[in-house]
Amino acid sequence: MNENPQKRMALIASKGTLDWAYPPFILASTAAAMDMEVGIFFTFYGLTLLNKDIDAKVAPATNPAMPMKMPFGPEGFQNIEWPIPNIIMGNVPGFETMATSFMKKTFKNKGVATVEELRDICVESGVKMYGCQMTMDVFGISQDQFIEATDVAGAASFLEFAADADISLFV
Amino acid sequence: MNEIEFNQELDCRGLNCPLPVLKTKKAIDEMAAGDVLKMISTDPGSQNDVTAWAKRTGNDILSAGHEGSDFIYYIKKN
Repeated sequence: MNENPQKRMALIASKGTLDWAYPPFILASTAAAMDMEVGIFFTFYGLTLLNKDIDAKVAPATNPAMPMKMPFGPEGFQNIEWPIPNIIMGNVPGFETMATSFMKKTFKNKGVATVEELRDICVESGVKMYGCQMTMDVFGISQDQFIEATDVAGAASFLEFAADADISLFV
Repeated sequence: MNEIEFNQELDCRGLNCPLPVLKTKKAIDEMAAGDVLKMISTDPGSQNDVTAWAKRTGNDILSAGHEGSDFIYYIKKN
């Protein structure tokens, strides 16, 4: 069906917040849909994206450029970028939870898939999921809490896969 | 454009990147070679993305056009 030789993409997912959960799963699911062979190496905070239930939040305190928008009301209102100072976004209790629910709602309004949906598509389409053994040891994480598709691997295993990759990205 | 015969229709209205491409891939996988899929999307980004996807996967876009806010593609599975 495809005249092109199969391409390979190797991703490192190192972050576990909601905003950074999207890029690896969007790229991996799309690459798989483009008949590429895909592997994602989840390391450090990215490991949480392998949890059976993803509990990713967005952290406004560490994203000073993040636009703050309302997920309800007329479109003109929703498109307003609220100038909320970072000191408030980072320090007011509950702001993170509110920002997370707003981001999820906005994504839903705009027809964007959830992180879980994208991850399911990745698994269905054969994307290889590697959990970083060292980080699991450091954080005291066991493989039981991860989705079944997870393989545990180390740096050398990932690099062996990435050595023949056409696309390699660190997220 | 409306005269193109198709075997299956896929409505991706309201869905955003990368869902139209992912759903198109899934639909095409379940079709037979030579069959034509009509896909409707409201995502303007689909214009470039569906083309790139088809080029990479070796499927043919027989027609790509739009009616109002709908982008309509006829994709032949190879």
